[in-house]
Amino acid sequence: MSTLKIEGLRATIASNGVEVLRGVDLEIESGEVHALMGPNGSGKSTLSHTLMGSREYEVQGGSVTLDGEELLGLPTYQRAARGLFVAMQYPVEIPGVRLADFLEAALAGSGRDAADLHQRLAAEATRLGVAERFLQRGVNVEFSGGEQKRLETLQLAVLAPKFAILDEIDSGLDVDALRDVSRRVEAMTQEKGLGVLAITHYARLLTELRPDRVHVLMGGRVVASGGPELAEQLERTGYEGLAAELGVEETVVAPAVSDDPFADPGF
Amino acid sequence: MTSTAFTPEAARALGGPAWLSDRRVAAAERLAALAWPTSSEEIWRYSRVDDFDLEKYRPSLLPIAAQRVREDQGQEPAQEVAFGGGPVAAEAGERAGLIVVRDGRVVHSDLDEALERKGVRVCGIATCEEAEVRQWLGVCSDASPDAFTVLHDAFLAGGAFVHVPAGVVVERPIVVLHWAEGDGLASFPHTLLVADENSEVTVVDRFSSTATSHLVDAVVELHVAQAARVRYLSIQDHGPSTWHVALQRAHVARDASLRSSAVALGGDYARLRSESLLSGVGAESDLLAVYYGDHGQMLDFRTLQDHAAPNTRSDLLFKGAVEDRARSVYSGLIHIREEAQKSVAFQTNRNLVLTEGAGAESIPNLVIEANDVKCSHASTVGPIDEDQLYYLESRGVSPEDAERLIVLGFFDDVFDRLPVPSLVRTLRHAVSEKLGRLHG
Ligand SMILES: Nc1ncnc2c1ncn2[C@@H]1O[C@H](COP(=O)(O)OP(=O)(O)OP(=O)(O)O)[C@@H](O)[C@H]1O
Ligand SMILES: [Mg+2]
Repeated sequence: MSTLKIEGLRATIASNGVEVLRGVDLEIESGEVHALMGPNGSGKSTLSHTLMGSREYEVQGGSVTLDGEELLGLPTYQRAARGLFVAMQYPVEIPGVRLADFLEAALAGSGRDAADLHQRLAAEATRLGVAERFLQRGVNVEFSGGEQKRLETLQLAVLAPKFAILDEIDSGLDVDALRDVSRRVEAMTQEKGLGVLAITHYARLLTELRPDRVHVLMGGRVVASGGPELAEQLERTGYEGLAAELGVEETVVAPAVSDDPFADPGF
Repeated sequence: MTSTAFTPEAARALGGPAWLSDRRVAAAERLAALAWPTSSEEIWRYSRVDDFDLEKYRPSLLPIAAQRVREDQGQEPAQEVAFGGGPVAAEAGERAGLIVVRDGRVVHSDLDEALERKGVRVCGIATCEEAEVRQWLGVCSDASPDAFTVLHDAFLAGGAFVHVPAGVVVERPIVVLHWAEGDGLASFPHTLLVADENSEVTVVDRFSSTATSHLVDAVVELHVAQAARVRYLSIQDHGPSTWHVALQRAHVARDASLRSSAVALGGDYARLRSESLLSGVGAESDLLAVYYGDHGQMLDFRTLQDHAAPNTRSDLLFKGAVEDRARSVYSGLIHIREEAQKSVAFQTNRNLVLTEGAGAESIPNLVIEANDVKCSHASTVGPIDEDQLYYLESRGVSPEDAERLIVLGFFDDVFDRLPVPSLVRTLRHAVSEKLGRLHG
């Protein structure tokens, strides 16, 4: 039984100092599925990258612990070794680097056995409907959006982390793929006790994954948490309606104030 | 250029056949009258030519002789093992022939007997028949001379000669090992390949040297006759104090195809001019290179895709990485002449700059004199993509491994196209070793 605990997490964008996360609190236990929803630009992806330790964001306060161990301050790959995984909204193309090559390095990096990696990859590929040729090419290079998401799920299955943040794993997936991916995630939660934070805009994924809890991120904070009925309410009222009801004034972070070199100098 | 060691007298004193000796003396006289180039000339821009001091070197005086040594007359030559040519010779897989060149002199050559019966020749420029070799020697390099090719001609002691007669297919590679040694010596290795009509051959040149100071001034000439198919790979893996200045030039005739590739890893300053002249209708050339510079190395490439006939096609892909204080230069020209209508030419140079003190220059150029052609060029210089590193690290890959994987992946499309697949593993490993030192 493991716990991922986020408390008062505040983070800014490193390049411009804009504060996107303004005190996020969330707690997830092994085997639980939580959904995170929120308007575009509300900071959902920023949260996942901040948890993973991306250098694009700077933590300003708060803590993230996995079974009591502080993750903030650990380099990214060590957070992965502790059991954290982010399925990215925009997976990165890496020419010439095949999945098996870096998964081998990933398993070695966390002191795990890579001996049966190829069999496991082949088995997971079959399960997720990933054709063999996708394993032989540079990862994500010229993959369609849906193919990339299947491949993220495949990596999740092979790496078997304790907690997975799925950042719009459903975007770009066709109906069949969405079902395959959901079934795979569900099996991991039930069989391996994977804890999941699923970021999504669509009720469809929620129907498939049947989350225990639904959270809404607005203005850099979790402003509402509830059962599946919260997602249903959002479908009716939209974020504006919910914001009005909760008295949240700013739903997304203020746009960065930049020195625009082409701005009218005013003389 | 006045020099105390590289005089016409010294050029004559090297000995060998008279025709070669006369040729050397004529070049040495040209050399004496030559003004040495400086980096103010465009073709030497960014180079280290201003640091070059010929007085630091003297010509190697090893005897020009060495009768042809047949494989059946004894063991593999001791030198091959001693100077580390072993792995390349071995990993090229089954080879059709081997030439060992020491300080520019052929000390061993052998060839598969079946090919010998078909008329394939593998021998030393100084030791085979004058009538076989003389008409070809210098034809490519004279079309693109510079100060170093003149110096080369003035002290050319021999080198490798490979001749494949019309219609003969040589399936396995012919391997040439060029070894340079001796502190303060200059050597002038030469590979001359003649692939007659409709023949097919793969040649691998490996240039290597000891850690002592050495000048290697090399010329590689590739004659690709009508409808012939030539694959060529040069591996430059010199010791850290070697200056390597080379011209690798091909003349590609009607309907012939050339895939010419270079892997440059060693040397203090290593410059390669890689050129191909597409002289016949339908001729094709692929020029490829992988380079990796570390410490204070400088790797310098000048390329030319010269389209002189209609319907010719050329492609170029040069990829390199530099770390530490290393520098690289890529300067390439696509020249489509007026008569080369309906030609297609591409040129791509990509560079990874792995550490802050390193640097890469990339200067692609097009000169197009015909109006119905297809051309493109692309060039990039930059660090490893942060998002790529982050992606791999987020899966649990350590930063060092992530960098190694990304750099090797970056080179992958060139490695995939190298003409001797059996050597790719060794070469990938060599790059990986250099990368390892970055973190070591
Ligand atoms: N690296 C960055 N550089 C500059 N701005 C950024 C960066 N990352 C995020 N932002 C900004 O921070 C805000 C939050 O972005 P984020 O990607 O976290 O939103 P999101 O909730 O995931 O949105 P979506 O639903 O569209 O995926 C946005 O205004 C975005 O433009
Ligand atoms: Mg997002």
